[in-house]
Amino acid sequence: MGFENIVFYVFAGIMVFSALMVITVKNPVQAALFLVLTFFSCAAIWMLLEAEFLAIALVLVYVGAVMVLFLFVVMMLDINVARMRAAFMQYLPIGIAVLVTMAVMMFMVVNQIHIDAPGRAAANYNNTRELGLVLYTVYVYPFEIAAVILLVAIIAAIALTLRRRPNTKHQNPDLQIAVKRDDRIRMVKMDTEEKK
Amino acid sequence: MIALTDYLTLAAILFSLSVAGIFLNRKNIIIILMSIELMLLSVNINFIAFSHFLGDLSGQVFVFFILTVAAAEAAIGLAILVVLFRNKRTIDVDELDTMKG
Repeated sequence: MGFENIVFYVFAGIMVFSALMVITVKNPVQAALFLVLTFFSCAAIWMLLEAEFLAIALVLVYVGAVMVLFLFVVMMLDINVARMRAAFMQYLPIGIAVLVTMAVMMFMVVNQIHIDAPGRAAANYNNTRELGLVLYTVYVYPFEIAAVILLVAIIAAIALTLRRRPNTKHQNPDLQIAVKRDDRIRMVKMDTEEKK
Repeated sequence: MIALTDYLTLAAILFSLSVAGIFLNRKNIIIILMSIELMLLSVNINFIAFSHFLGDLSGQVFVFFILTVAAAEAAIGLAILVVLFRNKRTIDVDELDTMKG
């Protein structure tokens, strides 16, 4: 049993355990933190598959951005955990049945696939460079569409959560900048008064 | 050496766990969103495993796009969740029956 096997089985074990905890723990905050652990161990397994760029991107994008977003929302909402858990025991048998059935069926399918493992890449092989060469030539058009998807997601998220409250006091910089001298002062013509 | 089957089995177990998670937590939308993230992750493991074993980088490009779409999905899903909570003061799936669906 080589070093690679030890790395794979340790991280696969952590991954399955933390995924199991994600779907079973009571507290949604703990579930989000276990999801972070799942993503970390998955990144380790992607490293083993020589996908270094995507492993780092997974940690940066998911652990750094998406999971923080999840944690923010979980902590912002007032969730009644007890009521959420009411149906948990009721659905436990069917959940386990679905889990075992799907896992066994998919295992029977993937067990038929045999592809010989390729040799390890050379030490000067650069995964990021190779991925970039493919991404910016063959897949440059889908890449631009991905950028548009992200833009739409930004606009949609802001437009959905934007709340206009008419009663709050706030400054309007546009009006402040556009103000002219005549708006603020009024020249009055009058006779000079004598000092008494 | 670790065979391709090991990676695919790991992804299959992860996918089954996330489907079971949707069944178990069917009242809590946040856990359902997390389960969807897990599903996408297990699909990504399949893509990367095949990409490595077949020696074709296109699989990793697909994972890149799946990550993009998953991030967009999470952002919009959570935004909808926040708006929902603001309007109904609950995120219970059973009470979301305004549209009589």
